[in-house]
Amino acid sequence: MSNAVSALQGKVAPGEVTIREAGLRGMITLRGDLSDKQIRRVCTDMTDQKFPEAGKAHCEGDKGICWMSPDEVLLLVPYAEVNDHLTRIAVALKGKHYLAENVSDARALLYVEGEFAREVMAKLAPVNLHPDTFGPGDFRRTRLGQVAAAFWMRDEDTFAVICFRSVAGYAFDLLAASAKAGAVGHFVEG
Amino acid sequence: MSTRLADHGRLVNKNKAVSFTFNGKHLRGFEGDTLASALLANDQMLVGRSFKYHRPRGVVASGAEEPNGLVNLGKGARFEPNQRMTTTELFEGMTATSQNHWPTLEFDVGAINTALARFLPAGFYYKMFMFPRPFWKHVYEPFIRKSAGLGQAPKDRDEDTYEHFHTHVDVLVIGGGIAGLAAAHAAGERGARVLLMEQTTHWGGRAAVDTPEIDGQPAPEWINSTVQAIENMQNVDMRLRCTGAGVYDHGYALAYERLTDHAPDAEGPRHRLWRIRAKQIITATGAIERPLSFAANDLPGVLLASAVRDYVVNYGASIGDRTVVVTNNDDAYRTAITLKQAGLEVPVIVDARTQVEGDLIDRARALGIRIETGKGIAKVKGGKRVTGVALCAQAGEGAVIEEIDCDCVAMSGGWSPVVHLWSHCGGKLNWDAEQAMFRPDPERPPTSHDGAAFVATAGTANGHLFTAEVMGDGWAAGRAAAKAASHMTRGGEAPLGQDAAEGPISPVWLMPQGASHALRSKAWLDFQNDVKVSDVQLAAQEGFESVEHAKRYTTLGMATDQGKLSNINGLAILSQSLNDDIPNVGTTTFRPPYTPISMASIAGVARDDLFQPIRKTPISDWANDNGADNEPVGQWRRPYAYLRPGESVEDAVNREVKNTRENFGLLDASTLGKLIVKGPDAGKFLDMMYTNMMSTLPIGKCRYGLMCSENGFLVDDGVVVRMAEDTWLCHTTTGGAERIHAHMEDWLQCEWWDWKVYVANVTEQYAQIAVVGPNARKVLRKLGGMDVSAEVLPFMQWAEGRIGDFDARVFRISFSGELSYEIAVPAGQGRAFWDALLEAGEEFGVMPYGTEALHIMRAEKGFIMIGDETDGTVIPQDLNLQWALSKKKEDYLGKRAHERSHMADPGRWKLVGLETEDGSVLPDGAYAIASGTNENGQRNTQGRVTSTYYSPTLEKGIAMGLVHKGPDRMGEVIEFNKVDGTTIRAKIVDPVFYDKEGEKQNV
Amino acid sequence: MLILHCPYCGMDVDETDLHAGGQAHLKREGPGSSDEDFEDYLFLRENPKGVHFERWRHVYGCGKWFHAARCTNTLEVFGTYPAQTLEPPQEIRDKISGKRPGWSWGMFK
Repeated sequence: MSNAVSALQGKVAPGEVTIREAGLRGMITLRGDLSDKQIRRVCTDMTDQKFPEAGKAHCEGDKGICWMSPDEVLLLVPYAEVNDHLTRIAVALKGKHYLAENVSDARALLYVEGEFAREVMAKLAPVNLHPDTFGPGDFRRTRLGQVAAAFWMRDEDTFAVICFRSVAGYAFDLLAASAKAGAVGHFVEG
Repeated sequence: MSTRLADHGRLVNKNKAVSFTFNGKHLRGFEGDTLASALLANDQMLVGRSFKYHRPRGVVASGAEEPNGLVNLGKGARFEPNQRMTTTELFEGMTATSQNHWPTLEFDVGAINTALARFLPAGFYYKMFMFPRPFWKHVYEPFIRKSAGLGQAPKDRDEDTYEHFHTHVDVLVIGGGIAGLAAAHAAGERGARVLLMEQTTHWGGRAAVDTPEIDGQPAPEWINSTVQAIENMQNVDMRLRCTGAGVYDHGYALAYERLTDHAPDAEGPRHRLWRIRAKQIITATGAIERPLSFAANDLPGVLLASAVRDYVVNYGASIGDRTVVVTNNDDAYRTAITLKQAGLEVPVIVDARTQVEGDLIDRARALGIRIETGKGIAKVKGGKRVTGVALCAQAGEGAVIEEIDCDCVAMSGGWSPVVHLWSHCGGKLNWDAEQAMFRPDPERPPTSHDGAAFVATAGTANGHLFTAEVMGDGWAAGRAAAKAASHMTRGGEAPLGQDAAEGPISPVWLMPQGASHALRSKAWLDFQNDVKVSDVQLAAQEGFESVEHAKRYTTLGMATDQGKLSNINGLAILSQSLNDDIPNVGTTTFRPPYTPISMASIAGVARDDLFQPIRKTPISDWANDNGADNEPVGQWRRPYAYLRPGESVEDAVNREVKNTRENFGLLDASTLGKLIVKGPDAGKFLDMMYTNMMSTLPIGKCRYGLMCSENGFLVDDGVVVRMAEDTWLCHTTTGGAERIHAHMEDWLQCEWWDWKVYVANVTEQYAQIAVVGPNARKVLRKLGGMDVSAEVLPFMQWAEGRIGDFDARVFRISFSGELSYEIAVPAGQGRAFWDALLEAGEEFGVMPYGTEALHIMRAEKGFIMIGDETDGTVIPQDLNLQWALSKKKEDYLGKRAHERSHMADPGRWKLVGLETEDGSVLPDGAYAIASGTNENGQRNTQGRVTSTYYSPTLEKGIAMGLVHKGPDRMGEVIEFNKVDGTTIRAKIVDPVFYDKEGEKQNV
Repeated sequence: MLILHCPYCGMDVDETDLHAGGQAHLKREGPGSSDEDFEDYLFLRENPKGVHFERWRHVYGCGKWFHAARCTNTLEVFGTYPAQTLEPPQEIRDKISGKRPGWSWGMFK
């Protein structure tokens, strides 16, 4: 464990909008019947977050629950605790049909921080990112340039972006180039 | 001569001079000029040569419709050809050169084509270059290639940056004239989210020049106050220098914003491509004035009437001292009035109509301008610029009545609404005979996902030429669009427009009406592509009656301006030639983009390192630092071999193979797909996915599996691992991870949705390293941890535990035929694990090996490779893999397909080994020839090479191939063809060349 | 470029986030089926100018397959629905009947 590194090892591209790799983050893919009380319970207990509806994520600090699909959530937990949580899930859901896998190392988490972070994202994703339509709490799986990505807003000026580990460098450079190109001036808080 | 007027030019700042060069000549313009206006102010009438005849050409228009004024702009990394000077804003230090001439603009050898015009009619290329046939390749094509094309291709890499931007809006308004402003205002005040764009640098469009009255104030004042009002709306974004380029299905639109073309040293991207989803789109794109077709209408100094007054009003540039206005409508009188009021001469207004009446005519008369009705221009006189016109009766054949000296001709054939964006996505047009124009049919609009209209046109683009109608129409379009996007807030009333009363237009497609062939063959329709009235008539005469055929035969409208000036005139000539009505002949298809957009804007940020995503494993950085010669495998880059300094690729590959067989090799196998399949029905599901039985695989064991498509063909293979009672791990090929994951999800979601199975792709969670060779176990023992002995962990089993400091899953599987462990550790520890193996392996002769060594070793063992031995037509039986087709299972994907007679045919080509008689390497993909020829006269074949290598282990060439009844023909020698026409003999042998008993891997 | 409503995510999705999967409502034919039925299943497809039922996957999103009832001529979308069904929902069939009276597609009317 001590020799584990994240995909980009905390790389930062500073600027008006800063791109930052978040470092090691614990992530668990959990598939199952999301209406099942025990499944919801184990998710909320592990993360201290409310269970999200479709298209939403409830995240705080390094804990959170992201709605990935009608039968899948992504659980965010501290990296070092992933195995304990997997054990917890196994105990809690014994006998149920579900799948839980550690995907912490399969992903990278990037932060896009700054005043026009929203526009940096809109340069790359075919998503309606107008402040009236997408805000903190919303969660979206889509495309970022040419790769799959998922994102949510930590606050009004910060996006958290998850992509696959193998393309973390591409996603980082893409975001950094888009941030460097400056604001578009299109989204006005309304 | 053309010159600058002292007291005109609302857009230029005469206190700020801007210097630039044209063809190396140093010139000065003003801030606010376009390149065209600056050149005209410098008396540079001649700006280019035409494409085919190299005729001298001057600026015709003042906007995006300009066909002639194309230049090479910039230098080096900023060089760009075919830039329209009428839309190019002048900046300090601009360098422009004219195009399509040699050696100079003033003296062009190619102009000889003008003299030869009689021999270069429509379809000339098609007719002339047919015979003799060999001439095409050696004479005609090289010649045409040299003289074809406009401008020069850039030679240096573009140093600017570009980007895309996605947005979703309620209402997209394209066009910032008075109709667009009214629409955006109306939609904005109703609460809709609006994006308003204007291709030029100023709001207001023509109204700013022609100054009708709106809401009791002169148009410029209304424009200013309305722009201000809209700017104050938080829900409206306004963009100048932004062209609506295309309208597509379901409210998708592309817009092209030019950010720094006018200020090349500014920071930021040069162009931005907007990718817009709009609930409603309003195209308020205005109209384009049509030229008139009379002889020598292409001489420099013949301009559209509206352009002549634009240059005076906007830039203070007068084209000439004496301007003859020629028209078939009242609007052109505005040009005469403007010129006269600017102190310039208008010797005559030549009006093709016999009866004229209206406010503008009265005003022209009051200014003392001579008006000749029922007249036309027989021909324009002059060489490189206009020196005069010859008048004739419009109704006649061109007999000259009078010659008048002038240095400018301002022509107007009426106005054509810009219906392009309306038409891009299927909006239909009606012919309005009264106004002589195609206009949008509101009953047949483009429809969206809900079946309802999503595009509306407004203002002049909708066929409304008068301000009163324009204002009402624009405002109503904005209100309706907001409503369609569910914004119902009450807003203000429509602005009221008012302008001079005008009489009706009289369509004039040829001047004079009965012009002789000599005149018609000098009457230009398409200025850029050199298409004349006589060419279109010839096309019709030769049977190219469909408008699409006539267009391609004559090249009418096929230039960079896409026929903005020429299409309607050409169409009218065609319909006359066919004796049919214009609407029956129809228009050609309007396709995006409206004006050319830069290729770089389409690429956006996707260039250089960001051109495509390159996937990296945790080991990739180490590999790239240590001599990796990469090959693409999907989006991965896998080391083909690790080159040592001075070493050839071939030597490196041979070294890696030998070392792995003799000592110890490491392979980064992280790219192999890893899918977790879990659930009570997972075994049943995998039994359907694989041809083999997977449900019976004991926990702790591994089994090689094959996957077929429903059509029976092999699609993937890999080792399946039973991890727990309800959990399997399926390895896929490197390229197969996403594809096979999707394949599994498809069957689970769409066919067996009641089966309880979940799949997860954990490919990237693990770094997987193949630890291979006789010393493999020694190295793992040195690292310490779990027991990896043959007794505890025999071949084709797996175990979870610790290797050194690492949590590891260890699989005893081998693709090389050697003692081999594939070890998966969390990707975050992959690099550390690799380093630990290198360090521990030092004393055991460790060498990393690449994909080519991997391929050679598997071929030596006769293992198939998906994509080499398979090509989408190969079934397991072809590869002697019948053993992997479960007979116990009632069903699996591909089983029904294998029952088809052709699949069971004993005559299929099957897998064998191949050895050349001389030990050389067979060419890849070579075909084995058979006797006789097929029905096409081609040599019959009886097999082909699927994999071929030099084997460093056996020190000779080895190959695998599919051969007709191959396994029954062991020892037989067959011939393979080579690209040089010779053949090479090879013996059919067993495909397992090395360690047939498998003793080396099973220790 | 199409926009389709993903019935799982409950949102409108750009075509670039989707993967087209051909005709919907195919009935699988396995071992023991006749050559004709197998051919029909594997190769023969509707190619209508008008009402069509197609498979789409929200590949960059939830990863789920859904079906879309669409007019191939006007690109009007009558509705989308989850793939876990053997036939189009009555509600969508009624909607199509309202807009395209007399339509038929394969075994459905």
